[in-house]
Amino acid sequence: MTDPKYPLMENAADTLQAASGRLLSEITLEAAANGDLSITDLRISAETLRAQAEIAREAGYTQLAANLTRAAELTAVPNEELLQMYEMLRPGRSTFETLVALAEKLEVVYNAPVTGRMVREAAEVYRARGLLRRV
Amino acid sequence: MTESRRFAILAQRDINKETFVEPWAEAGLMVTDSPYDPQPSLRLENGQVVEMDGKQRADFDAIDWFIADHGLNLAAAEEAMATPSLQIARMLADINIPRADVQRLASGCTAAKLIEIIRHMNVLEMMMGLAKMRIRRTPANQAHVTNWREHPALLAADAAEAGLRGFAEVETTVRVARFAPLDALAILVGTQTGRGGVLTQCAVEEALGLRLAMKGLTSYAETLSVYGTERVFVDGDDTPWSKAFLASSYASRGIKVRFTSGTGSEALMGHAEGCSMLFLEARCLLVARGAGSQGVQNGSISCIALPEALPGGVRVVLAENLLASMLGLEVAAGNDALASHSAIRKTAKLMLQFIPGTDFIFSGYSAVPKRDNLFGGGNFDAEDFDDYNVLQRDMQVDGGLKPVNEQDVLAIRRRAAQAIQAVYAELGFPAISDVEIEAATVAHSSDDMPERDLVPDMAAADRFLNSDITILAAVQALQKHGFTDVAKNMLEMGRQRVAGDYLQPSAIFDENFKVKSAINDVNDYGGPGTGYRVEGERWQEIQKIPQMKSPRQFIDAQIGEPSGKLVEIGPAVRGEQQEVVIAVGPAFGKAMTRTIGGLEHEDVLAAMLTGIALEGLVARIVKVYHSSDCAAIGHVGARLSGTGIAIGIQSRGTTVIQKRGLAPLNNLELFPQSPSLTLETYEAIGRNAAQYAKGQSSTPVPVKVDNGARLRLIVKTTLLHRRETEEVRVDQLPVELLFDWEPNL
Repeated sequence: MTDPKYPLMENAADTLQAASGRLLSEITLEAAANGDLSITDLRISAETLRAQAEIAREAGYTQLAANLTRAAELTAVPNEELLQMYEMLRPGRSTFETLVALAEKLEVVYNAPVTGRMVREAAEVYRARGLLRRV
Repeated sequence: MTESRRFAILAQRDINKETFVEPWAEAGLMVTDSPYDPQPSLRLENGQVVEMDGKQRADFDAIDWFIADHGLNLAAAEEAMATPSLQIARMLADINIPRADVQRLASGCTAAKLIEIIRHMNVLEMMMGLAKMRIRRTPANQAHVTNWREHPALLAADAAEAGLRGFAEVETTVRVARFAPLDALAILVGTQTGRGGVLTQCAVEEALGLRLAMKGLTSYAETLSVYGTERVFVDGDDTPWSKAFLASSYASRGIKVRFTSGTGSEALMGHAEGCSMLFLEARCLLVARGAGSQGVQNGSISCIALPEALPGGVRVVLAENLLASMLGLEVAAGNDALASHSAIRKTAKLMLQFIPGTDFIFSGYSAVPKRDNLFGGGNFDAEDFDDYNVLQRDMQVDGGLKPVNEQDVLAIRRRAAQAIQAVYAELGFPAISDVEIEAATVAHSSDDMPERDLVPDMAAADRFLNSDITILAAVQALQKHGFTDVAKNMLEMGRQRVAGDYLQPSAIFDENFKVKSAINDVNDYGGPGTGYRVEGERWQEIQKIPQMKSPRQFIDAQIGEPSGKLVEIGPAVRGEQQEVVIAVGPAFGKAMTRTIGGLEHEDVLAAMLTGIALEGLVARIVKVYHSSDCAAIGHVGARLSGTGIAIGIQSRGTTVIQKRGLAPLNNLELFPQSPSLTLETYEAIGRNAAQYAKGQSSTPVPVKVDNGARLRLIVKTTLLHRRETEEVRVDQLPVELLFDWEPNL
C-alpha cells in the first residue's frame, strides 16, 4: 500500500485484505451467512497495520506509530503464543536468558525486529531493577 | 452534638457524608506540589537522556527508564524544558496559539515540568486549555452497561438503549469472571441493535480480555492500567514493557487500546513515595504515550473519592485530563465512579469536563441504575438521563447524548433482547424465554428480571470461551432469524477491524460507520467562531426533549365563556361615597375568565364584594384598559375611589390593595403569589380594603408562602400576562362595570 490515505475504509476499500488474504469486498453478509468466513477473515493484516502506522507517524503520533509497527509484526504470532509472550514479560515471570531467547524468537522466527528490540530492552531493565524471576 | 439548629441541619446534608482530610505528603495524600516532588530537569548526551527530573540515569527506576527512552519527544525536549512553564501555561489558555504548537512543546516535557505548567493555571484556564487541546473535534460519551444478575437479555436491552441514546462506546464487566464471554456477546448484539458502530469492550483480566477480542467479541480495551511508581506498577502485575507488549498485541488483532491511570491509585496501593498525585499521574501519562497507546482514561477513575477528600482535588482531576490531551492522547475523562453523595458536588465536578468537552466526557456513564453498576456506581446513572439531557439543552453543550422517547426505547430494547435470544438458541446456550424478553423490554434494573439459573449459563460461557465459536456464528444466527440489520452491523464491526481506521487516536464511528478520529476530525478550536459548535441539526436534537411542550395552549384553562354578569355601563368617574373600588385588568371576565389558580373571575369578584359588604361598605367595579400592570390598575382604582382605597386585580389573579397618594409601586398590601390565593383570601382582601376605607387599621391578610410557585408557573404567568396585555387599549379611559350579583350575607 503506497501513500495510504485515511480512512482506508473509504480510500482503499478495493485493495484492503484481511490477515487471511481475503479481499474486504468479499467479506459480505452473504458469505458470513453461508459459513464461508473464518475469524481470520476479520483479522487485520500486517500490511494494513503498517499503513495505519504510517498515517499515525505522518500526523505526528510517533509512539502510536511505533506501537502499530510492533502490532504489524505480532500479527504473525498465533493467539496462544501471543498470550504466553505477554505472560513472560510480566514481572517476576522470566529469567534474563528466557527474555533474550524470546527476543531472538521474535526476531528470527517471526521477523519482528522492533518488538524483539523492545524485549531485549526489557530484559536489561528487569535485570537492573530486580524484576526477573527470582528462582 | 451541635447547639445550633442550623449546624444540626447542615450536619444532615449529603455533603457531610463525605470525608475531608488535610494533606499529608508522606502518605501521598497531596494532590499536587508535594515537597517531595522533584524539580524539572532534563539532560541529553548523544541523543540519550542521562538525567531527568533530578535523577541520574544510573538511578532510574523502570518507569523513569521507560519514560526517558519512549515517553519523551527528544527533538522538542530541549526547547520545551527551556521555555518558562508560565509561558506554556499561557499558551494553553491563549486562543491565538494553535493546539499543535502547544502539543509539540508538551511532547518534550518531563513529568515535573508538566506539573510546573499546571501550577500556574486555575480551573477556568484549564477548561479553556482542554477545549483547545482535546484531540478530536467532536465530543462523545461512553456508557457502562452491567447488571448484577448478569442477565443476557437485560444486558442486550440496556446496551441497545445506550446506543440509541447516543453513546459512542459501551463497556461492560463481570460479577463472576466466567461470565465474560456471554456478557461481551450480549452488549455487542445489544449495541449493534441500538445503533451500528458503537464500540464495545468487556473489562476483565488482561489475558482474558485479549481472548475475547480475538473472538471478535470486543472492539476496544481500556483496562490497561499504569501507575506512577515502580512498586505499584509491579503490584499491578505488569511493567511498562509488558503493558506496551499487550497494547501491541491488542492492536495486532485490530483492537483499539486505551490505557487507564488516574490520581490517587499509588497512595491507595501504598507506595506513593511521598509524591503528589498529579506528579505520579504525569508519569503514568508519559508511560501511556511511550507505550503507544492512542489514549487514556484518566480523571482519578475509581479513586475519585481520594483526591476529593483533599483540597484542590477536583481541580487536579481536570489537570489530569488536560495533561493527557496536551500529550496528544485521547481522553476518556473519568466521571465514571461515584464522586460524591451530594448532587450539587457531583454536578459541579462534571462541569469541568462537560463544558470544555473531552473525547469521552465520561469513561463510563452508568446507563443502568447504581445498584446494577458493577464498576462501583457511576457518578451519573440511568436515573439522571433526563437531568443530563436538560443540562445539554440549558448550556447548548454537546455532552454526547440525545433525548429519546419511550416508544422508541421500548422497541429497541425488545428487539435487542429478541436478537440475543436468537443467538442463544442457535449457539445452543440455555434458552432465553419470551417472559425474559418482555421483562427486559420494560425493566429498569435487575430487580425487574425473573430469576435465571446461573449454573448452566456459566457452563455455556466456559464452553463458548474454549470453543472455536466466534462473532461469525452470532452473525449467522442473527441472519438466519431475520435480524439482518443487526447481523450486518456486527459484521461491519469485523470489517472495520480489517481496515483498522479506528486504531488511530480518539476514533469513534457514527451511525453510518464513518470513522471520526484525531486524524480526520481534528480539533481546530481557536476561540469564538471556531472548532466544534453545537448548531444545526444537532442543536435541534438536543433541544427536543420529550418533556418539551408547545406554549401555545398553555393558558387554555384560563379562557372560558365571557361573563354574562359583567356589563360595561359607561366611563368611570371619581366617586364621592364611602366605597372601595375594585379595578380589574383589561381581559378580566372577558378575554380571560379564570385566575391562574383556576378560580372563576365571577367567584373572585363575589368573594371580594362579600368581604367589603361584611364591613358595611359598598363597592364599584371599574375596568382599566390602558394598562395590564397590577400596580397601575390599583393606582387608577385608588384615584377613582371615594375613599381613595381600591383593590387592583389582574386577570391571572395578582392583587394589590392601593391607597390614593401612594406611589404606584408602593401599596398597602400586595398579593403577588396569585396561584396560592383562594376565595377565602379574596374575601379577606375585600374586608381589609373596606377597613382601610373606614380609616381603621387592619392585620395584613395572611398568605401561604410558596416559593416553588414561580418555578412551576412562570411560563404560564408570562403567557397570561401576555394575553392580558393584548387587551390593552392605550387611549381608552377606565370603564365602570355592572356586576349582576347580590351579596348573600
